[in-house]
Amino acid sequence: MASGVFVFAEQVDNGFKKSTLEAVSEGRRLADALGEPLCAMVMGGGIAELAGGLGTYGVDKVLASDDTALIDFAADAYTQTLHQAIQEMGPRVVLAAATVTGKELFARLAAKLDTGLAMECSDLAMDGDALSAKRSLYGGKVIATVTVQGSPMLATLRPNVSDVVEAPKTAEVVSMAPVTSGGRTQVVDKQLESGGKVELTEANFVVSGGRGMGGPDYSLLEELAKSLGGAVGASRNAVDEGWRPVSDQVGQTGKVVSPKVYFACGISGAIQHVAGIRTSDVIVAINKDDDAPIFRIADYGVKGDLNEVVPAIIAEVKKLKG
Amino acid sequence: MNIIVLVKQVPDTESLLEVDTANATVNTQNVKWIINPYDEYAIEEALQIKEAKGAGSVTVVAVGPDRSEQALRTALAMGADTAVLVNDAAAEGSDALGIAKVLAGVIKEMPYDLVIAGVRAVDDDGYQVPAAVAEYLELPLVTAVIKQELGEGKITCHQLVEGGSLVVEAPLPMLFTAQKGLNEPRYASLPNIMKAKKKPLEKKRLADIGLDAALVGTGSAKVAISALALPPERKGGKMVTGDTPEALAAELVRLLKEEAEVL
Ligand SMILES: Cc1cc2nc3c(=O)[nH]c(=O)nc-3n(C[C@H](O)[C@H](O)[C@H](O)COP(=O)(O)OP(=O)(O)OC[C@H]3O[C@@H](n4cnc5c(N)ncnc54)[C@H](O)[C@@H]3O)c2cc1C
Ligand SMILES: Nc1ncnc2c1ncn2[C@@H]1O[C@H](COP(=O)(O)O)[C@@H](O)[C@H]1O
Repeated sequence: MASGVFVFAEQVDNGFKKSTLEAVSEGRRLADALGEPLCAMVMGGGIAELAGGLGTYGVDKVLASDDTALIDFAADAYTQTLHQAIQEMGPRVVLAAATVTGKELFARLAAKLDTGLAMECSDLAMDGDALSAKRSLYGGKVIATVTVQGSPMLATLRPNVSDVVEAPKTAEVVSMAPVTSGGRTQVVDKQLESGGKVELTEANFVVSGGRGMGGPDYSLLEELAKSLGGAVGASRNAVDEGWRPVSDQVGQTGKVVSPKVYFACGISGAIQHVAGIRTSDVIVAINKDDDAPIFRIADYGVKGDLNEVVPAIIAEVKKLKG
Repeated sequence: MNIIVLVKQVPDTESLLEVDTANATVNTQNVKWIINPYDEYAIEEALQIKEAKGAGSVTVVAVGPDRSEQALRTALAMGADTAVLVNDAAAEGSDALGIAKVLAGVIKEMPYDLVIAGVRAVDDDGYQVPAAVAEYLELPLVTAVIKQELGEGKITCHQLVEGGSLVVEAPLPMLFTAQKGLNEPRYASLPNIMKAKKKPLEKKRLADIGLDAALVGTGSAKVAISALALPPERKGGKMVTGDTPEALAAELVRLLKEEAEVL
């Protein structure tokens, strides 16, 4: 009989992202509801300490696969190792953060295990023997409650929609030999922003600029984001103009963000953009056009030229933060 | 170089969707149907590869009802050579694994070096079908690709991940999924739209690919929608008042701190 909750705790550069700790915390909550243990799996190189640290978030047992071949995301080795771990542990539910890696890995596992998987979920709960979750369809235009069946039931969690909760205990760390043979893909290079920069989907504050920025100089928005410990985003038009990288695009064909505060600067508020920001706690719009549709969905609208308003906001935030 | 592209027909993102909450279905009667935008990147990349090689073929494959033929015709008008549509009532209501079983069933009968799909379909936002196809066909997989370089018997893909990108090498044949940034899809010109009407489009049933209908469809689905709702409406809040940018900013920050309590 399948039992327990199992979380794939993705490490990047030997650390956990907030989204992964959110998934672990959701795993703890679900495990408590079931009255069953929470296990996690960490794959990487030199990760013993990292693995043990998951006890802070209430993990009972951690499987650690420590191998230099696992330092970067080795698609086949990760899939096979996690597959083997799942078969040995026989969990009821398996979770991960809905990162690019998490989604790719879980989509493959669902096929291998011939089981149900729901991507980018929130509001996980048990519904009898099935797992229920909420997820958005049509780029955020429709919210579905889905029921996942199978053994185990798989889900990946949308970043920034649940909390990281500490529930300290001493986690038992067990090492597990990875399956590294027969790997077909190989990471030959990586270009990752190093330390300090907050990922868009995980940021509590997102400051986005659209066509109203008038050009590629986003230093004002960078400064506001920095003063709040947040990240900078962009509308599709700004990306299409080549002012910002594709990875900054927010919206239906970009990223869905759920920060505490979303600042839309010089963004008109097209439906495809709004689809990506609807789950923000508070939306602030700064636009010089009274009739901009963004004002119809923003909690706080500021009518004005962003080149004047944003510097003034930076000054106020700095005053506040001292 | 023979390339297969997986193409899904989806409602235009500008369509207004009506949700039937009682039956947990989306009413798609009045929507305009388009090629999933990410699949356009996949088609464009396939065409560019073929053009660069000066040889080979691009085949587009879809699973869906009759109307999906329109999406395939558009792909043919963009420049694809042939199309296959699997249209079988038994496949209706399939989950991602069901659709992937059908696609894998079609593809395994064809010669190919590369399979390209979209990173996700903008209707179900599933992120699942291509990975399952890769598993069933035992192909190496790289998702969310924004750039690729084909070499001899191998491909180097730039994968867009959180905070940057990974450069991943894989042997051919393989499957990758297209992320925005890969290319700028071309439009189908009027003459090409006319020509596409004469290009081969083959229709198949599950029996033609030897797939047991019990493996697909509603009955086999392991993920089901139990309820649908429109997202809570975001109502416009208030306009911040103030005579100068400084006054506006001060009032905004006060509201964020004292009223919304987010600072
Ligand atoms: C299939 C599809 C998918 C799409 N996906 C996305 C997506 O994921 N994300 C996305 O964002 N869009 C997406 N779009 C595009 C979307 O429809 C809009 O075209 C786009 O969001 C508009 O960008 P914008 O608001 O920056 O530009 P505009 O609509 O041009 O708005 C610019 C705004 O800036 C204001 N402004 C100008 N100067 C100033 C100033 N100095 N100070 C203050 N305000 C100023 C103007 O009043 C205006 O409201 C998609 C479209 C389609 C068809
Ligand atoms: N019914 C289908 N027919 C053909 N291709 C599909 C179908 N469903 C999904 N795909 C492919 O898989 C990709 C991702 O879809 P999804 O997993 O549903 O998000 C799409 O962009 C298509 O390339």
